[in-house]
Amino acid sequence: MTVIGWIQILLYCAVVVALAKPLGWYMTRVFNGERTFLSLVLRPLETSIYWIGGVDERREQHWLTYTVAMLLFHVGGFLVIYAVMRLQAVLPFNPAGQSAVAEDLSFNTAISFLTNTNWQNYGGESTLSYLVQMLGLTHQNFLSAATGIVLAIALIRGFARASARTVGNFWVDVVRCTLYILLPLCIVYTLVLVWQGIPQTLGPYVEATTLEGAKQTIAVGPVASQVAIKMLGTNGGGFFNANAAHPFENPTALSNFIQMISIFALGAALTNVFGRMVGNQRQGWAILAVMGVLFIAGVAVTYWAEASGTDVLNALGLTGGNMEGKEVRFGIVASALFAVITTAASCGAVNAMHDSFTALGGMIPLINMQLGEIIIGGVGAGLYGMLLFVVLAIFVAGLMVGRTPEYVGKKIEAREVKMAMLAILVLPLMYLGWTAVAVVLPSAVASMANAGPHGFTEVLYAFTSATANNGSAFGGLTGNTFFYNLTLASSMFVGRFFMIIPAMAIAGSLAEKKSIPPSAGTLPTTGGLFVGLVVGVILIIGGLTFFPALALGPIVEHLAMTAGTVF
Amino acid sequence: MLKEVRPAILVMLALTLITGLLYPLAMTVVAGTIFPAQAEGSLITRSGQVIGSALIGQEFKDDKYFHGRLSATTAADPNDSTKTVPAPYNAANSSGSNLGPTSKALADRLKEEVDKLKAENPGQPVPVDLVTTSASGLDPDISPEAALFQVPRVAKARGVPEASIRTLVAQQVKGRLLGLLGEPRVNVLALNLALDAAKLQ
Repeated sequence: MTVIGWIQILLYCAVVVALAKPLGWYMTRVFNGERTFLSLVLRPLETSIYWIGGVDERREQHWLTYTVAMLLFHVGGFLVIYAVMRLQAVLPFNPAGQSAVAEDLSFNTAISFLTNTNWQNYGGESTLSYLVQMLGLTHQNFLSAATGIVLAIALIRGFARASARTVGNFWVDVVRCTLYILLPLCIVYTLVLVWQGIPQTLGPYVEATTLEGAKQTIAVGPVASQVAIKMLGTNGGGFFNANAAHPFENPTALSNFIQMISIFALGAALTNVFGRMVGNQRQGWAILAVMGVLFIAGVAVTYWAEASGTDVLNALGLTGGNMEGKEVRFGIVASALFAVITTAASCGAVNAMHDSFTALGGMIPLINMQLGEIIIGGVGAGLYGMLLFVVLAIFVAGLMVGRTPEYVGKKIEAREVKMAMLAILVLPLMYLGWTAVAVVLPSAVASMANAGPHGFTEVLYAFTSATANNGSAFGGLTGNTFFYNLTLASSMFVGRFFMIIPAMAIAGSLAEKKSIPPSAGTLPTTGGLFVGLVVGVILIIGGLTFFPALALGPIVEHLAMTAGTVF
Repeated sequence: MLKEVRPAILVMLALTLITGLLYPLAMTVVAGTIFPAQAEGSLITRSGQVIGSALIGQEFKDDKYFHGRLSATTAADPNDSTKTVPAPYNAANSSGSNLGPTSKALADRLKEEVDKLKAENPGQPVPVDLVTTSASGLDPDISPEAALFQVPRVAKARGVPEASIRTLVAQQVKGRLLGLLGEPRVNVLALNLALDAAKLQ
């Protein structure tokens, strides 16, 4: 680890925190339906979409209607993306002549983008036409991100409102989120990325004759417009197979820094939106502090592990850390930082190959996802993951002192705690359950690229990433098989909707409750005690759930490495 | 609930057109106008022929050129399309090796590469980026140490003094952005082009 490395990390944190307040202010205005400086241009477009769709923007929805609207919206999205993948061979914008994507891969990819997971069983440049990249993936990147944000907003409204039947209008929230937040940011962002060197063209792949006279086919495409929303919407599905490690997806140190910022920007701002909507910004900062503590701890471990290298490298006298599967322009620190960010949020873009990380360095991304990506959360899986843990922490605190727990003026009762527990328990059920199935099926075991405990970690990582809707991978695992296409799709589906629906139920039940003023017996939820309590609850629940699985994977691999074993 | 079906179809279609077609196509036009070179992929041409992209690494095997990092990219086997064969710097199928820290295959490869480089330049410590594969398989850069390590070989192959090559390398080193972000590096293709262009004595 170096001083300049830590300066880069701290600079990163400073920029994210500095952006939270202005972005939070702007987003709050958008979701409160207030005018913004873009209204002049966008308002006519917005109202015409409502007119086409027959949406009455003043009519709000009950939480159940809101959820149903969201689900129907997903059905539509699924059909669009599945259809364009299956039909890509006969549709335009296909200069590389890609043939139709197979049924199971199309199904997997459709679920993957719909759920904001963006797991890549496809190899972008070798499988998909430009039309699929735009109409299928870019489009779905917008919509799944918008969905994640508006669900978090609906939950926040649940906390903020009192004696209310409704939590907002899904259609209005989605349209405003897309038009006023995501689209304007992406337009500027795309241009910055192209300036840095990311291609944006509909031309065919380039045939080059290298300096030594060899032929090189260079894949290009409308990359920048997709990368912008892929990062900002914490989607993470790459245009290219190597994702943000590909020089065309992430060409410079600056593009890398901006991409890392954009993963956290909207998620961090949502904590501020929360504070503003419940009437006390310090409530938002307290949540951001919980996230910050867990984040810095993760970065420190991964950075240290990658900078220390592996015993094999050190024995050969190779210094400079574990550079296998990393790019020179990012080096150790920006690769380690990126890995922790992308799994803390539900992004899943990678600028280095996690499969080649050291055992402990690769364990942190795994833990981040297993905790449910509550650190910032990303916009795709929203702030709601963290709020579920807050509900639980408040409940535990209430048990300790024997009072009905309350949070931002709302009583937390049996229904909320049950729903929070349902959401928290369903995740390990999927990733531990499917991992257990996979390791006893010989055909599934055959997909592992590495032998020994590392192979087990590849499978555990795959199901964890799918369930947590992250999408990063230990890429050696051959995921494009019938078994993995279907089981991973089911993990993504359950991981998304069995988190969303209980969260929405909490939103609905909270909105109906009366608001009670704080009294002497109320636990203050803006201070260090509360931050410590939530961190503690997260680590205890997380530790109890997945420590045994980690012991079989990265922990035993680390011990094997220090004993000089290779597999 | 049924009245949510109409917006589910029509709002979806409207947003599909805006975000899936209008946005990427408009950005293609705008970006292509403001930054035409980058939008096309930062291509380098020499005497009318495209020789590669400034951002994409290419394979160098000749002793008179600086070599890039190892690349784990593959291509479909021409004899059997269900299999793949190694194809370094295949810019139509980016990927890393995905070998883990306790992989025997990785340990063996590292040892082999280190031995090879030690034989080439016995006096110097082997830079780690010269024996590891990059994440994309298309890394255009090497560290300044990795470039300097290869100077004796390149100088010998070209029959010129090491000092003049070393000067050329120094000119090609790019530092951190604002002294802060990223890592110092040398673009291998740019360095080799400079090498060909220079009139070295």
